[in-house]
Amino acid sequence: MATTHQIHAHAAPEGFIRKYIFSLDHKVIGIQYYFLALAAVFVGMFLSLLMRIHLIWPQAVLPLVGEIKPETYLSLLTMHGTIMVFFVLTTAPQGGFGNYFLPIQIGAPDMAFPVLNMLSFWTTFVAFVVMIAAFFVTGGAPLHGWTGYAPLSALQNAGPGEQLGADLWITSIAIFCLASLMGALNFITTTLDLRAKGMTLMRMPLTVWAWFITAILGLLAFGVLLSAGILLLLDRNLGTSFYVPLVVVNGQVMGHKGGSPLLWQHLFWFFGHPEVYIAILPGMGVASQLLSTFSRKPIFGYKAMVYAIMAIGFLGFMVWGHHMFMSGMSPFSAFSFSLMTMAIGVPSAIKTFNWLGTLYKGRIRFQSPMLYAIGFVSLFVSGGLSGPFLAQPVLDIPLHDTYFVVGHFHLIMGVAAIFGMFAGTAYWFPKMFGRMMNEGMARIHFWVTLVGTYAIFMPMHYLGLAGHPRRYSQLTELAYLKDLIPLQTFMTYAAFITIGIQLVFVFNLFWSMFKGPKASDNPWESTTLEWSTATPPPHDNFGGVTPVVNHGPYEYNVPGAPRDFTMQTDPAGVTSH
Amino acid sequence: MSSIALKYPKTGHGGSGQNPPVPGGGGDGRGGSGSPNYGERLRRARLGLAVGLTPVAMLFVSFTSAYIVRQGLPTLDERTNTYVRDWLSVSLPVTLLVVNTVILLVSSITMELARRQITRQAALAPVKSIPGVSVGNERSFPWLNITVLLGFAFLVGQWLAWRELGDRGFYLATSPSSSFFYLLTGSHAAHLAGGVIALMVAAITALLQRPVEARRIVVDVTAWYWHFMAVLWIYIFALLWFAR
Repeated sequence: MATTHQIHAHAAPEGFIRKYIFSLDHKVIGIQYYFLALAAVFVGMFLSLLMRIHLIWPQAVLPLVGEIKPETYLSLLTMHGTIMVFFVLTTAPQGGFGNYFLPIQIGAPDMAFPVLNMLSFWTTFVAFVVMIAAFFVTGGAPLHGWTGYAPLSALQNAGPGEQLGADLWITSIAIFCLASLMGALNFITTTLDLRAKGMTLMRMPLTVWAWFITAILGLLAFGVLLSAGILLLLDRNLGTSFYVPLVVVNGQVMGHKGGSPLLWQHLFWFFGHPEVYIAILPGMGVASQLLSTFSRKPIFGYKAMVYAIMAIGFLGFMVWGHHMFMSGMSPFSAFSFSLMTMAIGVPSAIKTFNWLGTLYKGRIRFQSPMLYAIGFVSLFVSGGLSGPFLAQPVLDIPLHDTYFVVGHFHLIMGVAAIFGMFAGTAYWFPKMFGRMMNEGMARIHFWVTLVGTYAIFMPMHYLGLAGHPRRYSQLTELAYLKDLIPLQTFMTYAAFITIGIQLVFVFNLFWSMFKGPKASDNPWESTTLEWSTATPPPHDNFGGVTPVVNHGPYEYNVPGAPRDFTMQTDPAGVTSH
Repeated sequence: MSSIALKYPKTGHGGSGQNPPVPGGGGDGRGGSGSPNYGERLRRARLGLAVGLTPVAMLFVSFTSAYIVRQGLPTLDERTNTYVRDWLSVSLPVTLLVVNTVILLVSSITMELARRQITRQAALAPVKSIPGVSVGNERSFPWLNITVLLGFAFLVGQWLAWRELGDRGFYLATSPSSSFFYLLTGSHAAHLAGGVIALMVAAITALLQRPVEARRIVVDVTAWYWHFMAVLWIYIFALLWFAR
C-alpha cells in the first residue's frame, strides 16, 4: 500500500504529461476510460461486421483478414465477445462515467486513492494492448469464445490461435482483473469515506448506488476470474491438469489426466454472471437519473430502487449455474439455480415498474438524453423478457446453443448497456466538455440505432426457435438452415446501417467538443451535485468550496419550492419536502 | 529524529512540492485548514485495505473450492476404462512447514510491535516539534527491520519446503494434490512478498525525511495486511493438512 500516502487533495498538475497522460485527476481518468472504450467498441463492431458479412457471403475475401475459414470465424467471435464485454461494457459505464461523476456526485474532491486510480486505468490499457496483440502472433487470435471453455482453451495444440494467441488472451484477462480490482477498491472506499456533509447513503443519486454496488460485484467476482485464469495458464504452460482430462488431440494422447472442464465453467460463471450485472447496473443508474430529471418528477420509489439494485447484485452471485444447464448437472441443482434466476425477475420488474411510474404524468422533456434513457428501458424489457424462458432448464436445453441466446444477451447486456452509455454521454457531455452536443444529429442517431438494433437482434430469437445453432460459420451445408438465410441477410443489412450511423454519433461527439454551443452550468436543470459546480468542473471539483447537502437527489416539482427543481445543495427549509 | 511542524506542512506530495499551500479548502474538503489530516488518511487507508483484502480472500476461497471439488472427483483410467480415485496424498514436509509457521507467527508479533512503536512516535511528533521540549531519548528497537528479515526467512523456508517436496518426487504437475500444494503455497508466498516490499518501502521512506505520521500509515496498513497473511497461512496449512 505504498500509494496511501498520496492524499487526494493533490495540486493541479502543470505539464502536459501529468495533466493528460498520467493524470491523477479522476475526471481526466474518466475521459481516458471513455475513449479507451470508444476505441475498443469500434474494434469490436468491425469484427462483428466481418462475421455478419461472412454469414451471408461466405466466399467473400474481406479486408485485413482475407478469406474467412471456420477457425477465423471463431477467432472473430472470440475477440468480438471479449473486447466488447471487458473493454467496452465493463470499462465505459463504470471506469468512464463512474470515475468522472461518482466523486462529484457525492461532493468529494477526488477518488480516495488517486495514484491507484491512475494505475488502474493504465493497467486496463496494457490489458487492451495485450489483447489486441493476440491478432498478430503466429496462429492468430484464440478460438475458444469469450467464455474460454476448457479443454479447448487449455491445450496449446487444440487449434490455430490456441498457442500464443490464447496465452495472450488469458494474460490480458488476468491484467484486466487486477485493473478492475484496483478500480473497485477505489470506488468503494470513496463512496464510504468521502461523501460530503449531509450526503447520507439514502441521499446518494441512484447512479452512485449503481456504481457502488457494481464495484462490490467486481470486487467479489474478478478475484475468482483471476484464480480461474491462473489455473488455466498453469494447465497450458506447466503441465498441470486442473481442467484437462485424459484427452486425445489429432490421435496424440496429451499428458494431462483427471482434470475437470466443468471446474473452469463453475469458476468462470461465478464471475461471468455478476459480470452481466457489472455491465448493466450503471446503465440502470443512468436511466433512473435521467427519467426523473427529464420527467421533472422525483424518481418513483427511491428506496425500492436502492434495494432492488442490492437484490440484483446479491442474487447475481447465486445463479451462475444457469449457464451450465447443458453440462449434465443434477436436476436438483438445475432447479435451484433456475429458481434463483427467476427470482431476479422480481427486483428487475420493480425497477421497470418504477421507471414507468416515474414517467407517468410527468412533464416529459423529450431531449436526446431522455430518448436514450427510454431506449434503455425499452431494450431492457425486450431483452429481459426472454430471460425467464432461458432460466428454465427444460427450455434452455433446446435453446442454449442457438441464436435465441445470442439475441437475448445482445439486447439486454449489449445494446441496453450501450444505450445507457449513449444516455450518459448525451446527459453529461456538457459537464465534461463544456459544450452542448448537436440535438439533431443525436436524434437521428437515436432513432436509427434503436430501430437498427431491434432489426438485428429481434430476428435472432426466431432463428433460435427455428433451431439455428450459434457459432456456425457456414450456413449453406444444412438444408433446414437455407430457408433462414434471407433473415440473416436482412440482419446483415441492418447491421451495416446501424454501424454506419455510429459514425454520426462519433462525429457529433468530436464536432461538439470543439464547435458545440457553450453549455451553462446546469443545462438540464438537474439537482445533483455535479450541476452545482462550474462547467467543466475545476481541478478540485468545487473550486475550494466544500458542498453541503441538504436535499435528496430527485426533488423535482416539490410543492412550495421556488422552481421546479431543488438542487441538493440548496439551503434546507426552502421546501416542505 | 524527524522534527516536523504540523502547523505548516507541505500540501503537495508527489512531485509538486513547489506549489504553495492552498489556503482554506485545499485539504480534503472537510477540514478546510489546508493541513493533511493524518487521522482521516489513516482511516481511509485502513478502509481501503479491508476492501482490498476481499478479493485476496476470494482468490483463496476459489482455490479452496477447486481443491475440494477436485479431490472428490473420479478419474477415467484408460487401461481399465473405469472411473477410479486418483487423489494421492502429498507427504508434506511437516517439520519445515511448522518451523515456517512459527517464523511467520513471530514475525506477526514483531510487526505488531513495530506498528505500536510507530504509532507512539507519531503521537509524540507534535510534542517533539515544540522547540526546547524533549520527551526523552527513546531507543527505537528496529522491529520493522526484524519483521522484514523474518518475512524473508519465511519465504526462504517455503522455498526449502518446495525443494524438499521435489526431492520426494512431487512436482507441480505430478499429481492434482501436489499441483494444489504448489498453487496455494505459491500464491500465499507471492502475497507475502508484496507485504515484504511494502515494509521495505516503509523502511526506505524512514531515511527520506518523510513525516513520521505519513510513514505510520504505510506501516499500520502493512501490519494489518501482515496479520491477514499469517491467518491465511494457518488456514492454508490446515486445509493442506486436514484435507489431504
